[in-house]
Amino acid sequence: MKNYLQLNLSLLYWILIAPFTGQFFKITPIFRQMVFIGVRAAPMVALTAFSVGVTLAMQAAHSLQSLGAEMYIPDLVIITLLREMGPVLIAVIVIGRSGSAVAAELGTMKVSEEIEALEVMAINPVQYLVVPRFLAMMVMLPALTIFGNYIGILGGWAVCTFALDFNTAGYVLRALESADTWDLYSGMIKSVVFAWIIITISCNAGLNVEGGAEGVGQATTASVVQALLAMLVMNAVLTGIFFFSA
Amino acid sequence: MSTNGETIIKVDHLVRRFGARAVLDDISFNVHRGETLVIMGGSGCGKSTLLRHMIGSMTPTSGSVKLFGQEITGMTEREIERLRLRFGMLFQSGALLASLTVGENVALPLLQHTAKSPDEIEQIVKQKLEMVGLTGFEDLTPDEISGGMKKRVGLARALALDPELLFSDEPTSGLDPIMTAVVDELTLKLTHGSHMTAVVVSHDMTSAFRIATRMIMLGHGSIVAQGTPDEIQNSPNPEVQQFIHGRPDGPIPLNLSQDEHKDLQLVRPRPFLGGRFRFHHKHP
Repeated sequence: MKNYLQLNLSLLYWILIAPFTGQFFKITPIFRQMVFIGVRAAPMVALTAFSVGVTLAMQAAHSLQSLGAEMYIPDLVIITLLREMGPVLIAVIVIGRSGSAVAAELGTMKVSEEIEALEVMAINPVQYLVVPRFLAMMVMLPALTIFGNYIGILGGWAVCTFALDFNTAGYVLRALESADTWDLYSGMIKSVVFAWIIITISCNAGLNVEGGAEGVGQATTASVVQALLAMLVMNAVLTGIFFFSA
Repeated sequence: MSTNGETIIKVDHLVRRFGARAVLDDISFNVHRGETLVIMGGSGCGKSTLLRHMIGSMTPTSGSVKLFGQEITGMTEREIERLRLRFGMLFQSGALLASLTVGENVALPLLQHTAKSPDEIEQIVKQKLEMVGLTGFEDLTPDEISGGMKKRVGLARALALDPELLFSDEPTSGLDPIMTAVVDELTLKLTHGSHMTAVVVSHDMTSAFRIATRMIMLGHGSIVAQGTPDEIQNSPNPEVQQFIHGRPDGPIPLNLSQDEHKDLQLVRPRPFLGGRFRFHHKHP
């Protein structure tokens, strides 16, 4: 826990304070990490989001038809996606795919003395390794969330158009009418917070590996479990703050 | 011996404990400019721990370490970083960054700490790799080269900023005899020509006697012997003689575990391992 807080503080220092003392972070590694963390996760995110959109529409159809309220199916799909399913499920994908990879990579670097070598070369590991991953995650997770939201809405549209009595215009109009910008923004705020949680937990797990290959394995598992739990708890808290408090 | 030069490293009554066990117990020595100090000793005797105290990555339980006249124990990270620009370190495994190519690894300190143009950096990288006999390996990744090559790239990287002081952790283990000679030559050339100071941890006695101007032998956490290579060669101490000649039997215990060195007398070679003990045959 102490290590985790220290990592966060030193991360804030390198991002917010160090650039004003002339130690600006390099841009190229950030883009490299954005490709790795974000772009390569896009197909998985798309598949997940599409399945969720389809599932939501089918479940909504089942319940709402019995009430004779089919017209509200797009509302349900869109609001659920924007507020909850989008940010959470895409964070789950990114934890499993990118968070674990970051923890394993940094852990391997730790056990093979690479981190120590950086320190001896007077290169701060937080600045050199953590900052690019952090910034990449902070940009890419919200971006993936927006992308996933679109794909999920497309999934809902597929069910509504091909299996139910909606036409495209009807679906889009109904969706636009029901969702407001706050639904989107609340999901975006969530995904920014999740991005922070995921990348700091993964980096912290990796940088504190001890004891060879086995340690790397344990740290990777721990990073996934901790990031998932922290993310889900934080989601409940944020939903409480955004939608449940007076 | 250039012992009249400026003192580069001053280690004073250095003690490091892990729990109750003193891994380093009251170590004191000085290293002067242009010297090559070889630290030797059996596995687990505290050589690497000593090295890590000298580079500021471990903090001693008590005592002091001075680099270039500045006390490094209790220094802030920022202050240590400034000192680290003046020395290079070669790790036992080479410790190359696996995500970068060989050339990028050597260029890393230059990119991070100098304002040189890419062309200049490329030139320096070429030159450093040539020094360690790896011309034309710039674009390979560390996965594609052998362990010995990695070590030589590590050496090239350690020398990239033309350090005043070089720490090497077993620079020649895993190298073939010719490459060992090349690396030794390089160390000699740098210490004689450019007045670099070198601290080398080594098991390899041939190489150690070739490069050392002074030697320290560590055993169970303290200095067993120190002196010039000649003095070590002619040392009357049986532990030193056993170590430099690599004899299996002698006063050095075979298994050093947590508390055995409290009572060295108990840890003698087992009769079937050494020739000093005889089987006691019971005669009827």
